[in-house]
Amino acid sequence: MSKMHVKMTVNGKPQEALAEPRTLLIHFLREELNLTGPHIGCDTGHCGACTVDLNGKSVKSCTMFVAQANGADVTTIEGIAAPDGTLHAIQDAFREHHGLQCGFCTPGMITRAYRLLQENPSPSEEEIRVGISGNLCRCTGYQNIVKSISAAAETMAASREAAE
Amino acid sequence: MTDQTPTAVERAAKLQGLGSKRKRVEDARFTQGKGNYVDDIKLPGMLFGDFVRSPYGHARIKGIDKDAALAVPGVVAVLTAEDLKPLNLHYMPTLAGDVQAVLADEKVLFQGQEVAFVVAENRYVAADAVELVEVEYEQLDAVNDAFKAMDADAPLLREDIKDKQEGAHGPRKHYNHIFTWEVGDKEATHKALADAEVVAEELITYQRVHPCPLETCGCVASMDKVNGKLTIWGTFQAPHAVRTVASLITNIPEHNIRIISPDIGGGFGNKVGVYPGYICSAVASIVTGVPIKWVEDRIENLTSTAFARDYHMTGRIAATRDGRITGLDCHVLADHGAFDACADPTKFPAGFFNICTGSYDIPVAHVSVDGVYTNKAPGGVAYRCSFRVTEASYFIERMIDVLARKLDMDPAELRMKNFIKQSQFPYTSALGWEYDSGDYETAMDKAMTTVDYAGLRAEQAENRAAFDRGETRSLMGIGVAFFTEIVGAGPVKNCDILGLGMFDSCEIRIHPTGSAIARLGTISQGQGHATTFAQILASEIGIPADQITVEEGDTDTAPYGLGTYGSRSTPVAGAATAMAGRKIRAKAQMIAAYLLEVHEDDLEWDIDRFQVKGNPEAAKTMAEIAFASYNQAIPGLEPGLEAVSYYDPPNMTYPFGAYLCVVDVDVDTGVTDVRRFYALDDCGTRINPMIIEGQVHGGLTEALAIAMGQEIAYDEIGNVKGASLLDFYLPTAVETPVWETDHTVTPSPHHPIGAKGVGESPNVGGVSAFSNAVNDAFAHKGLTHTQMPHDHWRVWKTAERLGLNG
Repeated sequence: MSKMHVKMTVNGKPQEALAEPRTLLIHFLREELNLTGPHIGCDTGHCGACTVDLNGKSVKSCTMFVAQANGADVTTIEGIAAPDGTLHAIQDAFREHHGLQCGFCTPGMITRAYRLLQENPSPSEEEIRVGISGNLCRCTGYQNIVKSISAAAETMAASREAAE
Repeated sequence: MTDQTPTAVERAAKLQGLGSKRKRVEDARFTQGKGNYVDDIKLPGMLFGDFVRSPYGHARIKGIDKDAALAVPGVVAVLTAEDLKPLNLHYMPTLAGDVQAVLADEKVLFQGQEVAFVVAENRYVAADAVELVEVEYEQLDAVNDAFKAMDADAPLLREDIKDKQEGAHGPRKHYNHIFTWEVGDKEATHKALADAEVVAEELITYQRVHPCPLETCGCVASMDKVNGKLTIWGTFQAPHAVRTVASLITNIPEHNIRIISPDIGGGFGNKVGVYPGYICSAVASIVTGVPIKWVEDRIENLTSTAFARDYHMTGRIAATRDGRITGLDCHVLADHGAFDACADPTKFPAGFFNICTGSYDIPVAHVSVDGVYTNKAPGGVAYRCSFRVTEASYFIERMIDVLARKLDMDPAELRMKNFIKQSQFPYTSALGWEYDSGDYETAMDKAMTTVDYAGLRAEQAENRAAFDRGETRSLMGIGVAFFTEIVGAGPVKNCDILGLGMFDSCEIRIHPTGSAIARLGTISQGQGHATTFAQILASEIGIPADQITVEEGDTDTAPYGLGTYGSRSTPVAGAATAMAGRKIRAKAQMIAAYLLEVHEDDLEWDIDRFQVKGNPEAAKTMAEIAFASYNQAIPGLEPGLEAVSYYDPPNMTYPFGAYLCVVDVDVDTGVTDVRRFYALDDCGTRINPMIIEGQVHGGLTEALAIAMGQEIAYDEIGNVKGASLLDFYLPTAVETPVWETDHTVTPSPHHPIGAKGVGESPNVGGVSAFSNAVNDAFAHKGLTHTQMPHDHWRVWKTAERLGLNG
């Protein structure tokens, strides 16, 4: 099958490659760019393990062709921490509040939380639950994920205040 | 000037040993997307495998045409049963003493069965070629109902063993029969039933479900033709057992097989089995000389690898009029699918189902189980429970409620009345288990007090009156469940899988500067072993947990063990860890005696050091001892500080708990809202309370999924009725309630640190609590039992049948 020239910005870096247009974005990220943080859990768009941030929105990268992402600005779990390696408040909070177990949903979950807290910087517990309802977790029962996101929101609010 | 010497409390805190809410060491990788799961593995020249699968539940294969598929650029090979026959690999042994087709030989027996294995340069080309393999089928009548499997005119399923009179567990009664397993005193039990003042009887079905971890099963097989070594990275819950089985199947010497379980994205029993994908990948790598990756997609996962449950349990329970249970009888019709691939210890074809007398002092009991073949996927794994324990617990906890209804007695009161008393432990059950320890009344009391059980019942009475007055359309249900698990298999004398004894192991090396590495025969799939096993060791040998690396999953480096499932890691490998730690300490004591110039008996252990009795100033820390062990010539002692322990547990452990659930059922829609869930767990000594609570949250959520929605259902011709996440229920954060956790601590008397295991308890107890709550909501309207899953449709149908809606 013929290949197309694909260009996009991933985690702040320009990337280009030849890819079959039918290649799913998740396969392009994982296999072409070796960004294996986002995972594949279901093939039908239900589980959210493949969640990445694309042009300021959470998308499930298993339901998108690479051709559709041509020219996009993509952030994966590998791009959530600061360039100097300092972890994002959400990453810290997941560890602090035991928001993960097997770790397979975690990259998608954190990437979704990263966008959720920009959409709604101080969500209620119910808003968090609705906000992550596109991401399935089989291990934690969500309780500590909700706690982690809530704690991260507080930390982020505190650092915003400190900066003002 | 203040004294800078750390106090005993400070020294103990620094260890982060038993009881510490230590943060997980695994999380730094996972939160940054740096996990290493099977599908992340990329090797030079690696090809991809993909299956052609049967669209039929039962059909004869008339022919397979590979030509069109082989013509696709990038396709390297298409394997069928014909290709595997010369290697004698078209069938493989199952964990249950049966054989399973690796690639279908002449017939397919379930929808989704593996028919051909396509090998191609990438997964897209492989998928294209799968579509082009032409298989001609002749469809046959299917058996989808276990109750009809042994009819005189039932279709013959297993032609390969049709003349086999003797199965792995005794004579076969019918060509679709697998085994009969019987335990207990049949005569005495039937007499108790005949003589009873009250007998309650019910057919309780635990539907076919699937563990459905978020990561599916997969592997990368790589045959190194230069040194003859086969390495397989895979989602294996028991890597050492896989190595031995792989060696037996392929005749490759065991030292030339290396099995590596990398990070595993949840297992829940799904990753215990040996699947055709592993065999085909290994064969393809041996044939092509390059690595082969095979990873299931979700539909393949739900339709072909390892279902759970599918037990039809007919129970009879005898009691006096005042609620004293006098006997229990159960017959199970077990639907094992097309091949008997149950993952149970060899002597236990129905697992530990005979724990079904539960937490109650029942004088006589009898259980018989018949396993049958049907046109469904093989499997029968323990989905987040010890072998068939969740079925047993569900059975007894429903039967107790059914009996309570018949006696018109409160279900909590009936349980209290029949509990095994604390003074009776160790307690031998009528079906032969020796319960190690328990204090059920205290746990139940605490649970009922905490939730204000009496208040809830009063509120329910008001709700029922209001419903009858037409003031509400919602019915309140209260689910009470009390469970006793049996986990931690061995002992080896009773428990083996394919002849492999179910011990486990830990090997420890202390480094000269006082840090350490511990390797175990188990493998974490999210349980946090790297965190908690280091805590056990920290308390045993006085080295801070942060300075102990825990490694598992590589058969070339880890000591042999039977792996992680059935809540056996803490009871067995955790015990091995403590015992290996004690061996380290014994040698350390000799070294300390030499260094301090005293007799060993004059030393005592204090947190992280040996000190001279009566003179704590004279002491050597474990770090000092470690350095000396390598660098000082000590008469009579070999250099170094290492130990290994292979632990064969003297008994299993028996965690227990009291769960209470409150639901509100909308009779017009069938929507059931879980208003409150309280879980009290007693898992003995608590290693890391944070991780225990996380395990309970997760297990309860899986129990919610099973009780309220999960089912792998088949139609009459063997089609799976929904096997993607569109249909198979995995609760989101929205449907999942807030979990209240609590605990009591009754240590196991035979475990070195008193721990019992916890990961599976919430599933075992949770399913009963949810189901009892839904049943309880309708109890006053005449309902005794309704089958799971309690999805909106079925609950609505129940309400309709009782004339409550519309």
